[in-house]
Amino acid sequence: MGLAKRIIPCLDVNNGRVVKGVNFVSLRDAGDPVEIARRYDEQGADELVFLDITASSDNRDLILHIVEEVAAQVFIPLTVGGGVRRVEDVRRLLNAGADKVSVNTSAVLNPQLIEEAASHYGSQCIVVAIDAKQIRNEQHNDSRWEVFTHGGRKATGLDAIEWAKKMQALGAGEILLTSMDRDGTRHGFDLALTRAISDAIDLPVIASGGVGNLDHLVDGILQGHADAVLAASIFHYGQHTIQEAKQYLAKYGIEVRL
Amino acid sequence: MTDIAIVDYGMGNLRSVSKALEHVAPTASIVVTSDPAVVEKASRVVVPGQGAMPNCIHELTVRGLKEVVLEAAKNKPFLGICLGLQMLFEESEEGNMKGLGILPGKVRHFLREAMIDADGNKLKVPHMGWNQVYQTSRHPLWNDIANDARFYFVHSYYVETVTPEITAAYTLYPTSFTCAIAKDNIFAVQFHPEKSHLAGLTLLSNFAKWEPSSSH
Repeated sequence: MGLAKRIIPCLDVNNGRVVKGVNFVSLRDAGDPVEIARRYDEQGADELVFLDITASSDNRDLILHIVEEVAAQVFIPLTVGGGVRRVEDVRRLLNAGADKVSVNTSAVLNPQLIEEAASHYGSQCIVVAIDAKQIRNEQHNDSRWEVFTHGGRKATGLDAIEWAKKMQALGAGEILLTSMDRDGTRHGFDLALTRAISDAIDLPVIASGGVGNLDHLVDGILQGHADAVLAASIFHYGQHTIQEAKQYLAKYGIEVRL
Repeated sequence: MTDIAIVDYGMGNLRSVSKALEHVAPTASIVVTSDPAVVEKASRVVVPGQGAMPNCIHELTVRGLKEVVLEAAKNKPFLGICLGLQMLFEESEEGNMKGLGILPGKVRHFLREAMIDADGNKLKVPHMGWNQVYQTSRHPLWNDIANDARFYFVHSYYVETVTPEITAAYTLYPTSFTCAIAKDNIFAVQFHPEKSHLAGLTLLSNFAKWEPSSSH
């Protein structure tokens, strides 16, 4: 009777192949991106996210060909991120067939990029990816979440909640929120972080980082207040299909597109 | 001759619309065009669009496409998607902009204070994701589509009609809004059929075959 919560498989693409790393090391090959995209589409994925983690700029254009090929066969929304630095990069990805473009490091280095891209192409296609890490302050016995860039290697000093609000004000249409503490651990989302951001802004929030089983997806939605949940390894290696995940969510009264 | 012209006025990604139409109508000649002459000669016209309504009307006007779009809306199978639905109305709250004025009614922003579901949870704006579409009239474009099928939405504004008989479907978020209209040769939707998997492809396939009759 209403808007469904979305399940989004994430494909990390390195040199034209889908890979999955644990904390950005020991990348394991998971297969051909077009083939994997088609499989998830058949299983009922609500959207697909492609993150280009190719380090070498020589192979940057590979992702454009992959997006073109996927967009010609898969008729669900596609989000593509990784290495987006200028409005021109946004344009190239949209023209290749992406429906949304995700910006991470460059949003921190140049927040105007978000404003420019949103005013050019509309907020609906601008996703801001936030990588956040919990920072404990032992003296005050409290903690906050700080924004990290460059694949989690660089601290920015920015408070994640304030940053999400600022991105909303500049025209972002959605937030892709990853907990650096949980990413690759399979221990579940950082629920406090997800909830804090989701409750602080009006934009939809995609929770990411740490999914190891289907209960984690349920928790992300019911406790984390996420509008969508993203996962990679539980789907890539056949632990669960998207359809199984949806049926599991439905048992908890969560609205899904079956 | 072009079977289906997808009107390109510089607003957003039209590739997915053309790819989806090519998928369901492989033998049709489908072009994405900003040439008024091509739109004028096409047998069917699709007006997609994303982004902001003021830019959209401005771009249509400066590209000399406004007249041919108005003309197409009078006599050809016409499919509006997202802004292509909103622009058909008289005015929009987005930038207090005048629309094409083909249909009576207004485009409104979701009312912030009203965005709470039955369980007291906050609803986000934009309305983004898969929601159910409840058909209110029989129409050839709904053929083979379940009456509560989910389609993909992404928008912050919706149309408020003053002539309820043109509403072809509604959606709840949290209150009911018109998500599809049908009038003579015009069919227009708020959701994105090109991104709505099988239900969306079926609707596009129905459009590619649709022969509006004057009696409808």
